[in-house]
Amino acid sequence: MTDPLRAAIRGLFCASALCAVLTAPVLAAEVPAGTKLADEQTFSTSVGAAIGAFDPQLAEDTDQSAVINNLFEGLYSEDDKGNLVPALSDGYTLSDDRTVYTFKIKAANWSNGDPVTAQDFVFAWRRAVDPALASNYAYFLGLAGILNADDIVAGQKKPEELGVRAIDDKTLEVTLSSPRPYFPMTLTQTTLFPVPQNVVEAFGKDWLKPENIVGNGAYVLKSNSPGEVVVLVRNPRYRDDAKTVINEVRFVTITDEAQEVARYLSGEVDHVGVPTGQLPKFKAEYPNEVTVAPRLCTYYFDVNVGAKASNKALTDQRVREALYLAIDRDVLINNVLQGGQIPAYFLTPAATAGFTTPDVPALNMTQAERNERAKALLAEAGYGPDNPLKFEYIYNTGEGHKKIAVVVAQMYKETLGVEMTIRDMEWATLLDTRHQQNFEVSRSAWCGDYNEASTFLSLVDTKSTQNSSGYSNAEIDKLLADSATKDDPTADYTRIEQILATDLPIIPVYHYTSNALMKTNVKGWPYDNVEGKWYAKDLYKIAE
Amino acid sequence: MLVKSRTATLAEDGFARLPEKGRSLWADALSRFARNRAAMMGVIILALVILFMALGPLLGRWTIEKIDWDVMGMVAEKGMPSLETGHYFGTDDVGRDLYSRVIQGIGMSLMAGLVSAGVAVAIGTFYGAVSGYFGGRIDSAMMRFVDILYAVPTMFLVIVILMMFGRTVEVLFVSLGAISWMGLARVVRGQTIALRHREFVEAAVAGGARPLAIVYRHVLPNLLGLVAVYASLLIPDMIMVESFLSFLGLGIQDPNTSLGMLISEGSATMMYGTLWQLAFPLFFFVLILFSLYFVGDGLRDALDPKDR
Amino acid sequence: MIRFILRRLAIAIPTLLALIVVSFILMKVAPGNPFTGEKTLPKEVMANIMARYGLDKPEWQQLLDYISNIVLHFDFGPSFKYKDRSVTEIIAQGFPVTFTYGMWTFVVSTVLGVFVGVLAAVRQNSWVDYLSLGITIGAQVVPVYVVAPLLVLIFTLWLGWLPGGGWNGGHWSNVILPVVALSFSLVASVARIMRSSMLEVLGSNYIRTARAKGIPGYKIILRHALRPALLPVVTYLAPMLVYVITGSVIIDMYFSTGGIGSAFVNSALNRDYSTAMGITILYGTLTIAGNLLVDLIYAWIDPKIRL
Repeated sequence: MTDPLRAAIRGLFCASALCAVLTAPVLAAEVPAGTKLADEQTFSTSVGAAIGAFDPQLAEDTDQSAVINNLFEGLYSEDDKGNLVPALSDGYTLSDDRTVYTFKIKAANWSNGDPVTAQDFVFAWRRAVDPALASNYAYFLGLAGILNADDIVAGQKKPEELGVRAIDDKTLEVTLSSPRPYFPMTLTQTTLFPVPQNVVEAFGKDWLKPENIVGNGAYVLKSNSPGEVVVLVRNPRYRDDAKTVINEVRFVTITDEAQEVARYLSGEVDHVGVPTGQLPKFKAEYPNEVTVAPRLCTYYFDVNVGAKASNKALTDQRVREALYLAIDRDVLINNVLQGGQIPAYFLTPAATAGFTTPDVPALNMTQAERNERAKALLAEAGYGPDNPLKFEYIYNTGEGHKKIAVVVAQMYKETLGVEMTIRDMEWATLLDTRHQQNFEVSRSAWCGDYNEASTFLSLVDTKSTQNSSGYSNAEIDKLLADSATKDDPTADYTRIEQILATDLPIIPVYHYTSNALMKTNVKGWPYDNVEGKWYAKDLYKIAE
Repeated sequence: MLVKSRTATLAEDGFARLPEKGRSLWADALSRFARNRAAMMGVIILALVILFMALGPLLGRWTIEKIDWDVMGMVAEKGMPSLETGHYFGTDDVGRDLYSRVIQGIGMSLMAGLVSAGVAVAIGTFYGAVSGYFGGRIDSAMMRFVDILYAVPTMFLVIVILMMFGRTVEVLFVSLGAISWMGLARVVRGQTIALRHREFVEAAVAGGARPLAIVYRHVLPNLLGLVAVYASLLIPDMIMVESFLSFLGLGIQDPNTSLGMLISEGSATMMYGTLWQLAFPLFFFVLILFSLYFVGDGLRDALDPKDR
Repeated sequence: MIRFILRRLAIAIPTLLALIVVSFILMKVAPGNPFTGEKTLPKEVMANIMARYGLDKPEWQQLLDYISNIVLHFDFGPSFKYKDRSVTEIIAQGFPVTFTYGMWTFVVSTVLGVFVGVLAAVRQNSWVDYLSLGITIGAQVVPVYVVAPLLVLIFTLWLGWLPGGGWNGGHWSNVILPVVALSFSLVASVARIMRSSMLEVLGSNYIRTARAKGIPGYKIILRHALRPALLPVVTYLAPMLVYVITGSVIIDMYFSTGGIGSAFVNSALNRDYSTAMGITILYGTLTIAGNLLVDLIYAWIDPKIRL
């Protein structure tokens, strides 16, 4: 029942090249002069399942992050384009060796009136890596480059040895293990938000109960009925409360897609996703309420080509190329998904910042030409009417995934005479099967952790835990390793894509868009934030 | 959980006083059944549905998995039922022919009912008969086990079984049967205990027959009526449970389908002007279940000697 | 009678223990673990998580710990998925919801079912019989996942009378649709059993005698026939009660009630072992209690039965 897409989409941090230090204005609801605001300022959005803990250090999915982004505030947040804007940070200085950041912290209070101090950050960050808390995101501090983080997670050092300390109440010093130009971008992730030390220590895990929780965000938790609704109300002690417009935020759990639409139309929620394939209908009926925005996500097929590959036919490059070419992506997008998705002939979405799209041959062919070429390749590999290629495709249970599987199977059958049997599994089983590389071809998807190509390309790194196709290419591994230290790795990324488009251990299908219905009186939504980050304090409802 | 209890109750109720004589009873029952209008109606409708399932494909112009590329993407506008396109029942959401899919769904649902009920009946009868015949420690141990299984939520059991053994049709049907035999086992046990002290069984024991042979030869034949009724009541329940699993996405694997799966797909799109996707499978589903219920009730009334 | 109850409770304890063991084994053999996600975690992180939840110990040790925590502290452990909540809290939050709509469903279906069953039996083989039974069976065979969206379509979207979901602390307007949708599937079962047992009672000698004495029909039904005819219904009602108060996953999913029905199925699918087992134990306990209740009610309705 867990929506894997939602689980997969986890905005983390932004890339080095694009995210220089920022001086953008403090963000809040920017209501144009003369706008007549609605009397009732409640914003309700729908989420797919009961939401997990609202603990910044424990958050693992987008739903949790969305709530926490409104309850807590870190050093930085993002604007409607995904650019970094200071939140609690009042600027920083960087040491000459570019490893020591010293942040000044703005005057701000917790919702119980206590001041937010540098010590709260130190406490929170140590907590994040503490094996006793055992957060899924403990590894994130190592990724951000904070000194000793990985050793603490591995139990070799104590949390107190983490490279962070409070110089005074309003000064925070962070030491990195090596220069990481992208470090400031990691600060928008909830893992690095502060938590109120005295409250967490006083209540233990009960500190997240509505009666105990104390935050520093624009909202405070009013009530939590998991599986039904989470209600936040405006925090009068928020440092920028004067500019907040929305008084109440509701996260309503609606599992069923049709039910989402019903409750949207009945006015119970302001913002829901559009069910697969229904976008044209809604566009026709509610043209002003439908929104389409690109997302940094790619839908692809993982082909098991590694040592554990059970179907040797798929280890033949020509076979994979045939399968890659014979998917009519335009039909899939225009007739099945119908949500303005972008056909994918390579892995990284074109919308990714600083990414130059490779010129892969398939782009310059018509589908008829692709089909012809696919047939030729397959015949060359020795498969034809007398000896049809057979393999199994697994995917996780879900209407949209099923439709894609069914349609692609027919495309393969009609174009190539290939027999692709399809088998769906529930999510946990699919993940397990994939990790064990006990499959032939599997549905897969990846959403960028940050807005830069390496988040996608490292999927095919030989040593990546995420590489379930078992693919290994020494040149790609080397290019990836080198690019980490390069000032401009763009050419390397393009090169990797070209290798991938030849080897095809994965078959890209399409790049996602997020399709939503939003009531017309809701303004200020950050449609251009490709990571899907939003803050209710930036929204407002106009009178209609 | 509802499944086992309802059927158990109905069956137990009907067999409070099971007759022991053979042939004339069956003949009697048949004539009683034939006089039951609702039950006969059920039989006729079922026969028609099966006939449709058998002959329907002759008229079909599409296979279950073939996609009508012209319709795909414009299902609401072009996918409605039509003689012209050969989609007599319209198409599903990706443009596959619903007529052939409904026919396949009928077969799959009936099969789910028959096979699962068969499995349940086989396990339940054997288990109950053995438990009741041997009595004593064996009996109480076996019945305690049934109590435990009764207390496990059936959905939980099915989900775990499907996760463990994979989602094949065989596993699905067997697991449905494997969660539904406990009620019958209890009823059969009760009857067996009663039979155990009958003259003909005692005679067989005295004659030195082996216990399992006695169970097989003398006990089971006398339970036939009871088992038949139980099975007929179980079949529609199994079809319902299968449809529920389909809704949860744990049912039959595409491109194969069942009525439950088609209904669940159809109900997801009922707001979007493609009502035929719900109407056709639901019509057959309701028809089949209705008939099965009436046949089951009729069978029970017919085999029940009580004067009504 | 008190001895009877005590004896039954004594049997319940080993049954529950066995239930725990069975469900523990079932959860352990299912593939996947509660912490697998789209992102593969570094093994150090995974090791910390496993240690944090005691999953690094041998399996028999985990089972023993689990049972001893329940027995000694009445603690069903933390949820693996909802990390701020314990299983006890999840049940404490969800069960009152399912209990509320379940009890209403129980009352509605029992009353309606008994009524329809009696009516059909009294007018056996008339159009009343066929129609009333036909409608209830019709309602039963239409799956809940069709009924629920249909109700929302009618009462929320077209008429705008009732909210399409949510629980709102059990406000009546949020309770109606779940109760109606769930009752749809249950009335017919009660009615069918009621009808057949009523027919049997009506055919019995003492009712004939009462008729012969000239007692009016409705009095015979209410005074003499109803009580014995209810016996088989009661046998059915106990499991039905357990079924409805533990909630329906479809109802919880469609109406976002926050009940434990969907929490249960989700926990099994997410491999949230502790939650799945906690709810299984709750369910098992209720089943055992329900059966005990049936026996007590039996004794109350039928004085011939001695406990």
